[in-house]
Amino acid sequence: MEMMISANNIVKSFGSKKVLDGISFHVRKGHIFGLLGPSGAGKTTLIKILTGQLKQDLGIVEINGLDTNNLTGEDHKKFGIMMDNFGIYERLNCYENLKVFADIYGIKKDCILNTLKKVGLAGAEKTTASKLSKGMKSRLRLARVFMTNPDMIFLDEPTSGLDPATADEIHKIMLAEKEKGKTIFLTTHTMPEAEKLCNDIIIMHDGNIIEHGSPEEICRRYHHQRMLKIHLTNGTDIQLPYNENTADKVAELIRNGHVETIHTTEPNLETVFMELTGKELAI
Amino acid sequence: MKNIKAVFTKQIIDTMKNKTVFIQFLMFPIMAIIMENAVNLENMPEHFFVKLFSVMFIGMAPLTCMSSIISEEKEKNTLRVLMMSNVKPWQYLVSVGAYIFIMCMIGVIVFAVLGEYKNAELITFIFSMLSGILLSELIGAVVGIFSRNQMTATSFTIPIMMTFSFVPMLSIFNQNIKKFAEIIYSQQISELINSINTSEISAKSIIIISANFILALVLFTVAYKKKGLE
Repeated sequence: MEMMISANNIVKSFGSKKVLDGISFHVRKGHIFGLLGPSGAGKTTLIKILTGQLKQDLGIVEINGLDTNNLTGEDHKKFGIMMDNFGIYERLNCYENLKVFADIYGIKKDCILNTLKKVGLAGAEKTTASKLSKGMKSRLRLARVFMTNPDMIFLDEPTSGLDPATADEIHKIMLAEKEKGKTIFLTTHTMPEAEKLCNDIIIMHDGNIIEHGSPEEICRRYHHQRMLKIHLTNGTDIQLPYNENTADKVAELIRNGHVETIHTTEPNLETVFMELTGKELAI
Repeated sequence: MKNIKAVFTKQIIDTMKNKTVFIQFLMFPIMAIIMENAVNLENMPEHFFVKLFSVMFIGMAPLTCMSSIISEEKEKNTLRVLMMSNVKPWQYLVSVGAYIFIMCMIGVIVFAVLGEYKNAELITFIFSMLSGILLSELIGAVVGIFSRNQMTATSFTIPIMMTFSFVPMLSIFNQNIKKFAEIIYSQQISELINSINTSEISAKSIIIISANFILALVLFTVAYKKKGLE
């Protein structure tokens, strides 16, 4: 499969602090690629380097074969970028907000209206941006990204702070874009989001990649984390490691009629991350 | 050109809804209309309020608007989005500068009509005001470049704006202030406008305004090279 992003040995320091320490990874075309990590892991620095907002000290990043240090304005048109802190014009309405960028990219009015419809803002064209809810503002930012129909989309924590229903709507939009063959580079601190959406992920910690692969592969690698969760007839729950040493104990509980239900708990990215870093993944 | 047009159009729509900026364009022309019609004292120079407010206008409106617009876009990270959309920093500055220039020139036309300037007087008045607007815009851009947010911009803008707007007025009453004011462009523009009926253009005024312009241009270039627009 063709690669959309190739990053090789990216190093970036701010003063004496090394923020990225030899990062290498590849993103396949048509995939959703997740970048996970806690605050301070180097996620934002990496996405800024990938989008040409920041230059790396060492290493090469290529997007669709183009060196990100030599991107032209025309190249930028092929990328859609939604950073967490990118603003919108609060006094303009939704339509006017998109019109600014439609004029820059030479996009027609129909496309603006279609994009607003696509992100669920049909009917809100004339609503002033300052009056939009947080979720609607996120949709408007997404609309700005999708309006140009880019091949490569960078989304920096697009569902951060949103309610589950709105986040789910945004997930659907992202999956629909993936179906169309778009490549999405997603940064998130939400493990379930990565598990749900991403084909491949990398987990970063202190400027290094500490794990990479598909969410399923990564979880399989940590199958030793599997547990047996047993609900006893006396109403209590117990958890036992999923291994041969536990078998006799479980058999005894069953023989004595103490077991009401038994489930296995699989490792997930959250528990994998905790094992790798000793930390919970928090914002 | 389409980038400049897009930002220019955005600025028109945005400012119409931004009372803080919009009032800067209206305040002094409206005050001049009211005072010219309401106050008529004995021995008061002809069109005193037009001359007074027009100088205040060029010292305040372009400077405040330029710094406020740039710093707001920086603070809210909309400027970054424009830059990421292939709008060059110079295109942005030209768009915002052109917008402010046009809005201020509308105010200048109001002052010119109120002052009943015609022929050579009108040309002198327009060129004096035009040079003042450009100079104030350059200074406003420098403030905008150095400010990370609107609060910082306001802290810088107020003393600078007060100096350029009010010192020419205060110099009417105080000789010491006048000595200091001689070196600033708004004072020289005030003198040009006040001597407009004599049909004599002071070479000293032109030289000082030109020197101010060169200084502002150097300051702007240094600021732009050092800090960029983001």
